[in-house]
Amino acid sequence: MIVCENLKITFNKGTVMETRALSGLNLTVPKGQFVCVIGSNGSGKSTMQNAIAGELPLDEGRILVDDVDITTWPAPKRTGLVARVFQDPLAGSCENLTIQENMSLAWSRGRKRGLGRAVTKETHALFRDKLSRLGLGLENRLEDLMGLLSGGQRQAVSLLMASLQPSSVLMLDEHTSALDPRIAAFVMDLTRDIVQENNLTAIMVTHSMRQALDYGDRTVMLHGGRVVLDVAGEDRKGLDVPDLIRMFEKAHGEELSDDSLLLS
Amino acid sequence: MSLIAFLGAVELGFIYGLVALGIFISFRILNFPDLTVDGSFPLGAAVSASLIVAGFNPWVATLIAISAGCLAGFITAILNVKLKILHLLASILTMIALYSINLRIMGRPNVALITEETILTPFADLANTLGIASYMLMPVVFLLLAIIIKLALDWFLNSETGLAMRATGANPKMARANGIYDSRMILLGMAMANGLVALAGAVFAQSQGSADVTMGVGVIVIGLASVIGGEALLNPRSIMRATLACIVGSIVYWLAVSLALNADFIGLEAQDLKLVTAVLVAMALVLPGSRFAKMFRKKAGS
Repeated sequence: MIVCENLKITFNKGTVMETRALSGLNLTVPKGQFVCVIGSNGSGKSTMQNAIAGELPLDEGRILVDDVDITTWPAPKRTGLVARVFQDPLAGSCENLTIQENMSLAWSRGRKRGLGRAVTKETHALFRDKLSRLGLGLENRLEDLMGLLSGGQRQAVSLLMASLQPSSVLMLDEHTSALDPRIAAFVMDLTRDIVQENNLTAIMVTHSMRQALDYGDRTVMLHGGRVVLDVAGEDRKGLDVPDLIRMFEKAHGEELSDDSLLLS
Repeated sequence: MSLIAFLGAVELGFIYGLVALGIFISFRILNFPDLTVDGSFPLGAAVSASLIVAGFNPWVATLIAISAGCLAGFITAILNVKLKILHLLASILTMIALYSINLRIMGRPNVALITEETILTPFADLANTLGIASYMLMPVVFLLLAIIIKLALDWFLNSETGLAMRATGANPKMARANGIYDSRMILLGMAMANGLVALAGAVFAQSQGSADVTMGVGVIVIGLASVIGGEALLNPRSIMRATLACIVGSIVYWLAVSLALNADFIGLEAQDLKLVTAVLVAMALVLPGSRFAKMFRKKAGS
């Protein structure tokens, strides 16, 4: 479970470039819930994720994961509780390390790293097993460099890596937006399966309204650094993109003008 | 080239192979262009020589020299990681500070070790007992030293912590997202790199019979030449090959220098050493496929 309480972040404070990225964001995600977060550019989606991951300091507010206040924790410490998959397929793995070395890095997430061998017979077999479920033939390429894989393959492996160790929250930052539609669908299905199997609490940021309605249990829309729309359960069933736009306009009293949001 | 010149070059190749391994850690593993080595090499020499002259056991003196090198690398890393000074500039600051520190440590510009007992004395005695010249045995001693260090480094870089260090240099954001304290890895790696370079300096001083405050000039270029040259020769894909390439590159470098300086028809003399070094590095950089070429020639062409 994760609780974000009144998160506030302002960039370039006191200058003409001052931007309020988060202006009192409140979001509570109970254990096992899969939330899709949507919003136009500058709505605070990515800032929220970076704040939760500890990459951006908060001006105000606090973040609790499983009732532990992690507001002051440095980013690496939070990874014991929070796992991430990035938007850029190249960002979530090291291209000049092998597939199994990358997986080994993720395998050590949340654990103390010693001087024992990073890749052992046991972990090699485990990684092989995990990769075989992708059906991409990567289980036979454990010693290939990550840089040899396509963006979609890398993103699929990144997803596996994020779920190698248990986490209280899984954060997905537009993780299919850089992929072509067929691969994106594959990665989304994989996401759904992994979240369900492990009963993960997940926060998926997306640019696509369609995705935000089709996947997960709840849809949250951000605007101006706050939650402006929050639907789940019965209200969410049968909801279509135009409904979502109408609800947004009603809730906010202004027209939704971000083309990219409407078209995707 | 005479046999003595050849074996001398091989000996230097192994000693500077340690420098190349240190530079491999900072430049290749951590992606940290570190010029501290121009100060930590003579630091290792100064500390070990001063302590040996003061009556310390040469092995203890050498260990303290390594620690001093680690501290120098650590300070460069602190300047960068904690005080947010650009990595290149941070290393230049430490390097220039070390020049004064080395003079302070020695109390004068150079310290002679010719008559002192060093870590190499037992091996010189062994050569005497065996009835061979010590210049024949020394390359073997340094070969063993280089191999031990290389194997230890291979083992470390394939460990969980070593892998975390490699990830830090390759993709810090990804490293942090997997629970790696990247700044700690930079501190550790920079200490290791400069500790190795200081060890090379300590061994070099004991092998040459003196420590000199100016002996660090251009060490970074020599080390880089070795790393780049080795990579071009061996095209390393694994850590084990990459560390081997550092040592091979260093041997090839010193043989090339020795050949150039000994070939009378070229007319080069000892004072041309640094010029030859610079030319060799420039040649290595323009070699096609050099991975360093990307790092240092980004701006050319684009």
